[in-house]
Amino acid sequence: MNTIKIMGTDDTPTVILDAENEVFEISGRSLPEDVTAFYEPIIRWLEEYSSSPCAKTIFTFKLVYFNTASSKLLLDILMKLEQMHEDGKDVLIRWYYPEDDEDMQEAGEEYADIVDVPFEQVSYTLN
Amino acid sequence: MDKKNVRGFLEFVYDFYKSMKAHEITLVYEGEITHQITKAFTSLTESNMAKEEESNTVQKKVFHVMVECLQNISKHADSFGSDDFLFAGRGIFMVSKGDVEYHVTTGNVIENAKIEELTRILDHINILDKEGLKQLYKTQMREGRLSEKGGAGLGFIDIARKTGRRLEFHFLSIDEENSFFILTSTISRTE
Repeated sequence: MNTIKIMGTDDTPTVILDAENEVFEISGRSLPEDVTAFYEPIIRWLEEYSSSPCAKTIFTFKLVYFNTASSKLLLDILMKLEQMHEDGKDVLIRWYYPEDDEDMQEAGEEYADIVDVPFEQVSYTLN
Repeated sequence: MDKKNVRGFLEFVYDFYKSMKAHEITLVYEGEITHQITKAFTSLTESNMAKEEESNTVQKKVFHVMVECLQNISKHADSFGSDDFLFAGRGIFMVSKGDVEYHVTTGNVIENAKIEELTRILDHINILDKEGLKQLYKTQMREGRLSEKGGAGLGFIDIARKTGRRLEFHFLSIDEENSFFILTSTISRTE
């Protein structure tokens, strides 16, 4: 299956979806000009991946900022992962937040409340 | 310009300058709000705040509020007047900085027919406490669909949550069809 590698910019996140190396990650800043166009290939990729996923899928979110339009699309991604979990696949979400960023921590808690999927919160120190 | 007009113009520029100083306005713009404009304004304000050693929390809040306010104008400002004078996606955007708080103000034309609905949404947000806003955000994210323009009704809720303040808004009547919608968000520099 194809690998998606998008290098982040000051308004779009870095996205790595690599089933072969088992890396699934969205990180950085997300306020794309057209959120739907940006996230659509990612959601399509997940749909395809979910039919024959790796033994375990650890999906990493390591965002420092996202706008409200992105928040809706991030939920769509999480719901795809929730669907995989419901289908009996081994899925884990790792939500990273800078240790002093309560808003990003809270955003993770809110997503964890909405979707029914194993969800870990991980704090880290920004350099 | 003849002499009298030059004088008038100079006075206007000086008055405008004094007025900006008096209102502590650090950024003002009138025109179409594009993605490029949004990026330019947020990065300009970010670097100014960093230079002035504003706390990270305040910087992040101002950034959030600016992005959502700018996107509101670009997605929702209505057109107004004749064809060669379009107001769609345009508006005024201002940032002011006082000793204790930042203000982000937007103004744009909206159709009178939308005032009732907009007022209802904003009034509803304004009566909610922190927990209520959180629940509303979650519901809206889950149930709200992205409109054609990419909005999901989340921007105002996010502004209220990030600032911890009521959304201050007013409508100024223009004519039978349109009004000018003004929204001011306040971010404390000390909390």
